[in-house]
Formats: sequence, C-alpha cells, structure tokens
Amino acid sequence: MLSPTGAEAGADADAVKEPARRPASPSRRGIGVPRAGLRHLSLAGVLVVLVAVGAFTRPEQFLTADNLQLILTQSSVIGVVTVGVTFVIIGGGIDLSVGAIVALASVWATTVATQEFGLGGVLLCALAVGLGCGLVNGVLIAYGPMVPFIATLAMLASARGLALLISDGKTQVVTVPSVLDLGVSDSYVLGVPPLVLVFAAVAVLGWLVLGRTTFGRRTVAVGGNAEASRLAGIAVRRQRLLLYLLSGLCCGIAAFMLIVLTGSGQNTNGNLYELDAIAAAIIGGTLLSGGRGTITGSVLGVLVFTTITNLFALNNLQTDVQQIAKGAIIVAAVLVQKGRKSP
Amino acid sequence: MAPELLTMTGITKTFPGVRALDGVDLDVRAGEVHCLLGQNGAGKSTLIKVLAGAHQPDEGEIRWQGEPVRLATPIAAMRLGIATIYQELDLVEHLSVTENIFLGNEVASRGVIRARDARTRAAALLARLGHPEIDPDVTVGALPAAGQQIVSVARALSHDVRLIVMDEPSAALDPDEVDNLFRIVAGLTADGVAVVYISHRLEEIRRIGDRVSVLKDGRAAARGMPARTTETREFVALMTGREVQYAFPERPRHVEQPVDRVLRAAPRPPVLCTEQLAREGEFAPLDLELRAGEITGLAGLVGSGRSEILETLAGARRPTAGRILVDGTPLRPGNVTAAVRAGIGLAPEERKSQALLMLESVTSNVSLSSLPRFSTGGWLDRARERARARDRTRGLALHPDDPDRPVRTLSGGNQQKVVLARWLLRECRVLLLDEPTRGVDVGARAELYRVVRRLADSGVAVLLVSSEVPEVLGLADRVLVLREGRVVHTAPARELDEHRVLDLVMEGSPSC
Repeated sequence: MLSPTGAEAGADADAVKEPARRPASPSRRGIGVPRAGLRHLSLAGVLVVLVAVGAFTRPEQFLTADNLQLILTQSSVIGVVTVGVTFVIIGGGIDLSVGAIVALASVWATTVATQEFGLGGVLLCALAVGLGCGLVNGVLIAYGPMVPFIATLAMLASARGLALLISDGKTQVVTVPSVLDLGVSDSYVLGVPPLVLVFAAVAVLGWLVLGRTTFGRRTVAVGGNAEASRLAGIAVRRQRLLLYLLSGLCCGIAAFMLIVLTGSGQNTNGNLYELDAIAAAIIGGTLLSGGRGTITGSVLGVLVFTTITNLFALNNLQTDVQQIAKGAIIVAAVLVQKGRKSP
Repeated sequence: MAPELLTMTGITKTFPGVRALDGVDLDVRAGEVHCLLGQNGAGKSTLIKVLAGAHQPDEGEIRWQGEPVRLATPIAAMRLGIATIYQELDLVEHLSVTENIFLGNEVASRGVIRARDARTRAAALLARLGHPEIDPDVTVGALPAAGQQIVSVARALSHDVRLIVMDEPSAALDPDEVDNLFRIVAGLTADGVAVVYISHRLEEIRRIGDRVSVLKDGRAAARGMPARTTETREFVALMTGREVQYAFPERPRHVEQPVDRVLRAAPRPPVLCTEQLAREGEFAPLDLELRAGEITGLAGLVGSGRSEILETLAGARRPTAGRILVDGTPLRPGNVTAAVRAGIGLAPEERKSQALLMLESVTSNVSLSSLPRFSTGGWLDRARERARARDRTRGLALHPDDPDRPVRTLSGGNQQKVVLARWLLRECRVLLLDEPTRGVDVGARAELYRVVRRLADSGVAVLLVSSEVPEVLGLADRVLVLREGRVVHTAPARELDEHRVLDLVMEGSPSC
C-alpha cells in the first residue's frame, strides 16, 4: 500500500508544497454547491427587493392573493419550458425551437379532430407533438451531427410554419369542458392553481433528475467535457438525443398548460419563449457553454422575470420599458457572475 | 566569423512546481542554422516561447545585436525580426493564403485592405520559397500540411525577419517535402537570416545544421557544437544521464526472469491482443499482446503513432485494418463504450481536455465510468458513490484527500491519480497510459510510478506511452520502440538502455 509517510519522498514533496499553495485557494474552493447556493441567495434577494418595490408602489394591488396567483400562473408555462432548456444548455446544447414547438403543440392539440378525444386526447397530442419535435432536433444534432443552434433554428421556423398551416392563423377555441375546468378557480388545490402545481412538480422532478440520477450526472459530464465523457465510455450521442427529447416533452406539457390557461390554441403562442427561457437559465447561473447550472437558479430566474413584468404592468409602464429592463438584468447578472468567477 | 545576432544568458523560467529553464545560455549568429537538441521536457519549448515573447523569463538577459532587449510581447519580438513557426501551425483555416500571410500585418491604406497588392506580394513570397504553384486565393484549410508550413514561413518572411525559429518543422512532412524545406532554409541563411531549428532527427541536423546546442533538464548541456562532426554518441550522452534519478519500483521477479516463470507457473494468457491492427497513415499493422500483471512500454517520438495506437485500442479511433481481441473475443471497433465494457481504460495524454471535468468534484470524476454501479433505475446512491470513489482515491494517496474538491484545484499528479482512480473503480483489466507524468512534478512522479506498478501487480495489463525514455525503461517490463508508425524493436526493458532506445527512436538503426 502507498502511504504518505516518511519513506515516501514523492508524496512528501507534494505534501510540503501543498500548504504553500493553500492560502490562495480557499476562495477558489467549493465552486460547486456553495457558490451555486450563494447565487441562489442573491437571486432570492433580488426577488425580495422586487416584492418590496411592488408592495411599496402598489400596496393595494400587488400583495393580494389574486395577484400572487397571477404571477405564479404566468411563471408556470415559461417555467416548465425553462426546466427543459436548462437541461439542454447544461448538456452543452441550445434549444431555440421551444416557443415554436409550444405553438405547434397547442395548435395541433386543439384541432376539432383532436378535441373529439376529450381531455386525454388533447393532453396526449400536445405531449406527442412536443416529443416528436424533440426527437427530430435530437436526431439531427446527435447523429447528423448538426450544430444545435442551426438545427433548432430550423425547427423554430418550420414548427411555427406548420402551426400556422394547421390553424390557418385562427384561434382554435377549446370546447372540451374537462380541459376548461382545469383553468377555473373551482379546481384550485388549497388556493393554488393546478398549473402552478404542474410547474412545481416539473421543477422538483427536474431538480432530482439533475442532481440524483445517472441521467443528470451524464448531462453535466457531456456538457462540461464531451471528449472526456466519450473516452470515459459515456454514450454521448444518446445523451444528447435524450436531452432534446426532454426539452420537447417540457414544451408539450407547457403547450397543454397554455391551452388550459387560454382556453384555446393559437399559432402565435409561445412567442419568444426561447429567449425568455434561455435568459432565465442564464441569470439563474447556467453556463451557456454547458457543464454547469441548476434548476433552482432557473426557477428563480423565471420568477424574477415574471415579477418584473407584473410590477411594470401594475405601474402602467409599457412593454418597451419592460424589455429594456429585462436586457439590463441579463447583462447585470452575467457581469456579477463573471466578477465572482475570477476573484 | 559572423557576429552574434542573439545572445541569451542565464535564462530562468519557473512554472508552479517545475523549473522549466534553469539558467540557459544560447547564442545565435546571423546566417547560421542553430539546432536545438533535447529530450521532451528538457525546456526547448519554453526557451523558444521566451524567444517569441510568449513567456517572460524570471531571470536572465537577452541581447539582440549586442543591445539588451526585453521581449515583452509576441509583437515586440516580431518587430525586432524574430519569427516563430510552431509545431502546431497557427494559421486560420478559413482564410485564404494571402490573408494568412498578412494576418495582423495587413497590406492596407487607411484600414482598407489593398487586396491586389497583398496578393501580388503573397505570390512573390511563395515564389521566393520555391512554391509558385500555391494559389494565394485558396483557403489554407484546403492545403496539405507541407503547403501550410510554406504559408507559415511566408508569413514570417512578410516581416523583415532576421531570425526564424522552427519547432520540429519536418515532423509532418514527407521526405521530398523535407528536401524542399531544407532548400528554403538554405536560401534564408544565404540571405543572412538566422534559423533556430528544433528536431529530434539527427540526420536532419547533420544535413542542414551549423552548430548544435543541447538542452537537458532546463540547462544548456552543450553550446555551439559543430553539427556535422560531433559524434551521435556524444549528442546522446549529452541529452541523457539526467541528474534527477527517478526512483522506479522494483519489477516482480517472475517477469524479470522468464525461466523462473516457466518453472513456477504457466505464463498468464494475454488479456488483450491485436491482429494486424492498423490505421492508414498513422501506424503500420501491429500484433500486440498485453498480459495481466505486465507493463508494456511504447517508446517513440511525438507523431510516431503511439497516441493513435492507444486511442484505437480504447475505441476512440476506428482501425482501418485488423482487429482487437479481449480474452479472445473480438471487440466492436471504434466504440469507446464497448471498449470500456470490455475492461479497457484510457488515461489520455491531454488530461484536462480529454479526461477530466475540471469544474466537477473528485467523486464525480472518479465515478464517471461506473455510474450504473451506483444506481438503481437511474437513481444514484450518492453516499455509496462517494464512499467507493473515496476508497479508490485513498488507495492512491490522493492529496488533499477531499472527495468534494473540484479537480481543477488539484496538482497535475493528483489529477492523474483521479483518472487512475476512475479506471480502478471501473475494475478495468487493460489500462492504457498516455504520457502519465506529463505536467506532474518530479517529486510526485515516483509516487505515480509506484501506483502504476501496484496496479500491474494486482493483475491489470498496462500499456505505457511516454516520450521520456528513462520512464519507459524504468517502469515497463517489455519495451516496444516505435518509429514513424512502425515497431522497430521489441525487447525486455532490462536489455535496453537509454542510448540504444534514443538511437532507435531517432535514426531507426543501431549505431552504438
């Protein structure tokens, strides 16, 4: 056995050198969990500040149960999409097609033909369309192999086009009562809308999968160093395919949620979701180059964005100002992270 | 005698844990070809980087035409007239030949590129180099290696160059291309340009070199020796016989003494063998047998096909001919996952880019190839994963012994242990080590050697590649000498010495 004791000159030399290097390293240590924790804390802080601003500027409107429900509901659809996108980005990819897939799935699932099958038909159709688009993305990217940016850009264009083709640009009204029932307050569980529960479930599942499963570990590995993962025996291409399938599935779920929320399917649904989802993941601390990120961060990122939108709406500020503010937040978040990365 | 163009005195450069240059002196005259010889790790690369302004020396003086100068940046070096052609050509693949030649030094007036002018000058430079056939408009990526090298030289000449450093320029060239390179070098020196030429091939040094300086362990072992008349034996002696004697673990007796082995037990059957395994353009058909408990060494230069052989065995490259058998069963070619499943593990040459997840913890890195063992239905048992990974890293005396530490904060030697621990945890039966001690400081090496020997003793078949001959000889039981993709010699390690191996590696024919 090897033991780092006296006789081992080599081990000794190393041991002597190490303490000398140590003083510089405590801050460099623990870039994993502690640092992510810190980032989450600061995002939560931003959220608290936003809530305080809301309570101060619109005391009689902001802190009402209705408004908080609204914020959470609005977060839910984009939140589910963001969870999928976060996985893709951590795995070293990008998915620009999520908004278009949501649109296509919502349109396909609300055609008269689909609605004949009732709630189950609508739900299954939305999920199947999402998975199908994810499969196409995944196969092109993993086995094409195509650059993710280009493959999903192509999907963005064609899924939107197909959504327009199917709906003919018309709003498809949902007539299935059981679907519409999910959106009204009678279905709330302890005052929480079912959509919010779905978001919570997806987020918790995503968090568990990322942190506690082989799938999650391999996602981080492939995104962090694809070549090392390949040489370690990981099936990199299969992993990539699965990641886009996951993202597609999340889009399908989100599409169904949107159908419930609006009582309709439209080809303009999910507009710019890809940007909102990527932005939320980035300010949540996900590295755009892959290999690092958390679901918690992404969820907080989504909540921050939705709260800002809500605040601006309550204070009668226009969407242009909202957009500018969002842009500023993205830049600020990334700069703050950069500052911390190299202390 | 020509005047001294460049004089470097007492150049010292220290990197964390390594003293790469330890007071090197070098003097180069105008119009000469000055060759630099030395084994890998002797400090050649560091020295030319200092000369190119890419590294700043900690100590020492550089004089240029008698004046002390500071080469603070690559641009400063270029302004003086020092151009460096690196082994890995620094060309922009998607740009044209002309654009590459004038990169950063564009032919332009007020920011607008004078394309026709540039093209004419590029064509003139290429013609001067004896390659008028290279089209200045073609993209560099479309040129063969030799053509790209010409473009690099043309770029150097596009400045008013006085000294050109060439780092192993012939490594990627065919014999007739080498002839042309030599014509170019001769032309340059006739114009009074000095050339610092780095090569492992003694025959080349004899053909075009004027003087030779030998580096060893960061010091100049000899300066300005005549290139043509000095005997090979003398060069080899200067390059070897290092001061730092590595402590190699003892070989188990049964391998040392085959007679004994026959008496005691039947030889263990090979775990892995290859049948006429080859990759066109990389290595010739190879029959290899790796036995449990044995360390087989592959000695050869960079570009001799050694890494390619390892990567092919690991499934990372698909062979163009032949097959790999593990326990007599053919392995699915070109599939790493299949190779890992069959028990083959590769510790690649580029640890950081090919083996490790630098941001992740020691545990994540060690368990990467064994995740299914710690999971039920995809669900990871993280406590068990951490405990098992830690068992392995403890066994290798990882320091600091912290399974949650990100690997990027570990020293080179400890990072290598993390890679070894990964394959230990996977219970691999064939371990392929590509330059296992690269970037590992001298002190930590002895410890790694013991780890490798202990792995072999536990029944793993080890294939070791190293460009440091003493390492191969000291650690391996059996040595295969590789030259230009071909095994030129096979022998038990104890029947070889450093001189003989170096001779074989460099010239391919026994000479002493």
